[in-house]
Amino acid sequence: MAFQPVLTNHVREPQAYTLDFYLKSARGYEGLRKALTLEPNDIIEQVKASGLRGRGGAGFPTGLKWQFVLKDTPRPKYIACNADESEPGTFKDHVLMERNPHLLIEGCAISCFAIGAKVAYIYIRGEFYHVQEVLERAIDEAYEAGHLGKNIYGSGFDCDVYVHRGAGAYEAGEETALIESLEGKRAQPRIKPPFPAVAGLYQCPTAVNNVETLCNVPLIVLNGPEWFAGLGPEKNGGPKLYCISGHVKRPGVYEASMHTTLRELIYGDQFAQGMAGDKKFKAIIPGGSSVPLLLEQHLDTPASFDHIQKAGSLLGSAGLIVLDETVCMVWLAMNLLHFYRHESCGKCTPCREGGDWLYKLLQRVEAGEGRMKDIDLLYGVANNIIGKTLCAFGDAAATPVLTTLNLFRHEFEAHVREGRCTLPAAWRSQHTVMAH
Amino acid sequence: MSFHPPMDYAPARFQRSGRKLAEEGEPFTYTPENQKKFDENVKRYPADQRKSAILHALYLVQQQQGYITGEGMRHVAHQIGCSAADVEDVVSYYTMFYTKPVGKYVLNVCRTLSCALLGAERVTEELSATLGIKPGQTTSDGMFTLMEVECLGACDRAPVVMVNDDWHERLSPEQCGKFVDDIRTRGRAVFSGCHLHVEKK
Ligand SMILES: Cc1cc2nc3c(=O)[nH]c(=O)nc-3n(C[C@H](O)[C@H](O)[C@H](O)COP(=O)(O)O)c2cc1C
Ligand code: SF4
Ligand code: FES
Repeated sequence: MAFQPVLTNHVREPQAYTLDFYLKSARGYEGLRKALTLEPNDIIEQVKASGLRGRGGAGFPTGLKWQFVLKDTPRPKYIACNADESEPGTFKDHVLMERNPHLLIEGCAISCFAIGAKVAYIYIRGEFYHVQEVLERAIDEAYEAGHLGKNIYGSGFDCDVYVHRGAGAYEAGEETALIESLEGKRAQPRIKPPFPAVAGLYQCPTAVNNVETLCNVPLIVLNGPEWFAGLGPEKNGGPKLYCISGHVKRPGVYEASMHTTLRELIYGDQFAQGMAGDKKFKAIIPGGSSVPLLLEQHLDTPASFDHIQKAGSLLGSAGLIVLDETVCMVWLAMNLLHFYRHESCGKCTPCREGGDWLYKLLQRVEAGEGRMKDIDLLYGVANNIIGKTLCAFGDAAATPVLTTLNLFRHEFEAHVREGRCTLPAAWRSQHTVMAH
Repeated sequence: MSFHPPMDYAPARFQRSGRKLAEEGEPFTYTPENQKKFDENVKRYPADQRKSAILHALYLVQQQQGYITGEGMRHVAHQIGCSAADVEDVVSYYTMFYTKPVGKYVLNVCRTLSCALLGAERVTEELSATLGIKPGQTTSDGMFTLMEVECLGACDRAPVVMVNDDWHERLSPEQCGKFVDDIRTRGRAVFSGCHLHVEKK
């Protein structure tokens, strides 16, 4: 049977974001009603059995994460929903929040019930102001209709959901940095352990989950873990949202099972419909800017967490950035390092200084002023960042440099040898700034 | 009084931070509406965690006077019950807070990979040429500020420009001149952000 979207099936219909629509067309809040008749632990067991893995980047099993949340404590517990969505190439969560906000609210409420929390904060990035408006209206509707608030459906369970607006910081997506930011501080990560499950928000046990992850929870409760697991390959169950951008005919967010191969996602009729301008494919970043590149020979890999990892990259946030033959890999690394240099929180030295150093080296090579030893230096600096930082941002920042060097070293060498960028002239003339 | 012996501080030998404090500005207090909004918002957090409301409090200052001054930060510190240095610490970290006056329309051009692949650099250039300012500057009539920002989370609609709180999507370099003129005459109605068009709300 062909895969039927379940998260985004209604997003294009008018009024899809309203409570009425959600109740009528999407079995709205039935999951929550059912959940409240179960034991919290049963819900955790169901989520574990479904094999749901975090959609925020790390792919960590959600049920396990909830199980680690400290049980015997007099302190309150919290759900922090990660709606920071700042990984370059990722734009799925805002579709869910803008067009299907009640699904997220229901997911938050069920998750609170499962771990024994009474409050969920949705940390939304500051740039999503228009999304926040939709979300807050939906939350108001849910309160009015008794799906949130005190004694929901007479079960004795209280739950509040609040939106917390960030103010422009990629690093606020890292879970402990997100917690710091929620506490009203700079978004800089904490040293782990203790993990948020033990001491998170206000030093209370906290589960940090991505928007898409939480949106899957009502579906699991409603349709059962077997249904969910059966939608995808083993250990990669459920529907998945793919964000496809770059040089394709029809960029966008597509929902598919994780059986779907990268090739289908790029060329499939119901997906991105092939390369724009019928140019040749060069490479793909399969999981947001922080993951290694894959090439033509990897395109028949199913886009699941495990398969992509086996192919040498990561599914990350499922942000697929498709690159055609005109893309200069030195320029690409430079563009991304500009991002990482700008977004580093500055807490640890390898990342703060190394990112800047890498960017300057790449600028020099791209401008045709590099020397051969700069290429070795790039390796050296990147290898001294990777694995030596407080949070995974350091690895993310070094990856674009290492992956382009590993796969396209000849392009770096050509820049140095010829003293200029070796991009096809026609494309360069369209991009005058690149002529320096 | 100080118990330190007099010392020769040699400015040249110390590395001094180039950081400038935000300007002091006019005395600042919230308008009654903003005070109400703040009082509402702070209730979302436990009573002993007022600091969580700081980002919201700063947005209110920025809405009220366009940017955040030293006096504004002091007012926020007073509202939250923390030190002004705590507030400045936060303001200086997040990119969406302005400590200098900005134009009526802040054009934030996304410069990250997916947008850059589709010509974001040219968009910045064209806007820069049309407005006669460099990224980071404001036009002399106070209408436009041009900024380059990192990924806005709308990469499928590249190149994206965020204008204040709205998005304008798929802005080709050729359209930039007309885009600026249109904003001057028609304001917010110009923006193509899909949130404004999916359906009339
Ligand atoms: C630098 C950095 C940025 C991150 N940004 C995001 C983000 O924008 N959105 C997100 O959901 N997770 C992000 N993450 C992953 C979170 O730390 C965390 O793993 C995730 O929110 C957990 O939720 P999940 O288990 O549901 O995936 C980021 C991680 C790092 C290291
Ligand atoms: S790796 Fe970078 S972003 Fe992470 S804590 Fe260190 S400086 Fe901050
Ligand atoms: S790269 Fe511009 S919005 Fe993501």
